[in-house]
Amino acid sequence: MNVLNFVNAFFSDSAHWQGYDGIPARLGEHVQYTLEALALAAAIGLPIGLVTGHYGRGGNALSLVATAGRALPSFGLLVLMTTLLGFGMLPVMIPLVVLAVPPILVTTYEAMRSVDPSPVDAARGMGMHESRILFQVELPVALPLILSGLRSAAIQIVSTATIAAYVSLGGLGRYIVDGLYQRNYEKVVGGATLVAVLALVTLALFWAVARVAVSPGVRRS
Amino acid sequence: MIRIDSVTKRYPDGTVAVDRLSLEIPDRSITVLVGPSGCGKTTTLRMINRMVEPSEGTILLDGEDIQRQPVTTLRRSMGYVIQNAGLFQHRTIVDNIATVPRMLGWGKQKARARAAELMERVGLDAALAKRYPYQLSGGQQQRVGVARALAADPPVLLMDEPFSAVDPVVRKGLQDELLRIQDELGKTIVFVTHDIDEAIKLGTMVAVMRTGGHLAQYAPPAELLSSPADAFVEDFLGGDRGIRRLSFFPSARLELTSDPVIPLDATAEQIAAPDAPYLLVTDADGRPLGWSEPRDLVAGDIRPDRLLSHGRPFVPGTDSLRVALDCAVLSPTGWAVAVDTGGRVTGVVSQATIGEAIRSAHAAGLDDEKVAG
Repeated sequence: MNVLNFVNAFFSDSAHWQGYDGIPARLGEHVQYTLEALALAAAIGLPIGLVTGHYGRGGNALSLVATAGRALPSFGLLVLMTTLLGFGMLPVMIPLVVLAVPPILVTTYEAMRSVDPSPVDAARGMGMHESRILFQVELPVALPLILSGLRSAAIQIVSTATIAAYVSLGGLGRYIVDGLYQRNYEKVVGGATLVAVLALVTLALFWAVARVAVSPGVRRS
Repeated sequence: MIRIDSVTKRYPDGTVAVDRLSLEIPDRSITVLVGPSGCGKTTTLRMINRMVEPSEGTILLDGEDIQRQPVTTLRRSMGYVIQNAGLFQHRTIVDNIATVPRMLGWGKQKARARAAELMERVGLDAALAKRYPYQLSGGQQQRVGVARALAADPPVLLMDEPFSAVDPVVRKGLQDELLRIQDELGKTIVFVTHDIDEAIKLGTMVAVMRTGGHLAQYAPPAELLSSPADAFVEDFLGGDRGIRRLSFFPSARLELTSDPVIPLDATAEQIAAPDAPYLLVTDADGRPLGWSEPRDLVAGDIRPDRLLSHGRPFVPGTDSLRVALDCAVLSPTGWAVAVDTGGRVTGVVSQATIGEAIRSAHAAGLDDEKVAG
């Protein structure tokens, strides 16, 4: 039996499409974890990245935090958090957010730093307020890079959110963890396939968002 | 009027960018700050809209200290044009120009209508309105920069080396355009450049600054060329300042002669009559065709393709003595051809006559200086 047979067997089994352990339910949970973690990470990473990037200060501190964040193994953090905090959503969210903040933070900072200084100088010289310079002059130009940071964060969350299953939560990781436990490789491969597809869908979504949100004047130049 | 009153800018590391500078910038004219890099000209400009705060001294705008009003209000009353235009690449040309009106709370329609009007004023094709900056050439972008600065009709325009990044041909076009716009709008313009020729061409008053933020000389361009204050200014002005000064002398009073001017169908007597080494042949409308020695001309059979080039003609009254002299120097016969605005010959003038005009203009200039002194 090869991988494709596993995939075929997994998806053609009607039992996998229904109930609390069905694909729609697990997919829904996985998407929910991803969105929550991404929202939290963005809520932390974006403002800090935008403001530090705008003022051009704190770049060294940022890269230190980012490197530290990247060095933490998500799985280890999950086990540690569960030991400390008990079972629940929080111990899962912490490693996912810790994973996602560095790419968002660093790319946002770099995106803001890479904006051509002359429009900013012109905007300031014509009496634009700093907040307006940030949101109406720098952000639209930095947007493609910022979106790419969010995109890599989102993809990392999608693949890492599988660890939620280790601490009795749902999501697509359920199939992988349970399949390994039950020696049901059909389930393992099916779950992995779903994660991969979700990652690709995420990529496509970000591409679409960039098409809509980024000005043609920035996209083409 | 903008009055800069013993202003000093000292940076925390001790560098002095501008040193006790005092300058009165007259209304409705172009004042150029010129000097080598590091002379503090840009810093001076940026202190006027408070992009840089002076360490000492005050700057008065119409008698009031610019520190008295909120910085954004001050800046919105002054157009600001910078070297690389600094356009917002995510906005269309029309929205770039409409930026300040929109900031001042104008409606979208009104702001865009105003932007369209300005595009025309700075010589931009209306078809460019919906384009993005990357689709425009450097010169066009700079025009957009000027239009954007003018959008809210500010009384003051600050221009920081606005034409330095474009090629010489485009730069000349932009300079001419600025002079034309200034004729129409009469703004108080402060213009920074490192190019002395640009300063002399554009400035009503020129402030030459030297390294360390000192004012070396503040004078109208003609005076700068005729009497540089010191060796630094003289050196900065460059070699041929005598010739360049001729730009400020009109050619209207040149004594023209029409004796050597003959029509294409000239008779033998008309060819023989003038006592001149060369004759200028004109067509039926009086436009110049070319020069010839009288002995090479045959009445009734003057061949335009056999004539010597008449060179570039000048227009007395419009062109300066410098242009007239240039035409005479370039002419193969040493005579310059004067035409009216329709291109019809009004007379010719020799290098010798132009030389006399230059001497008398200098004498008159010296008299003026004596009166002024």
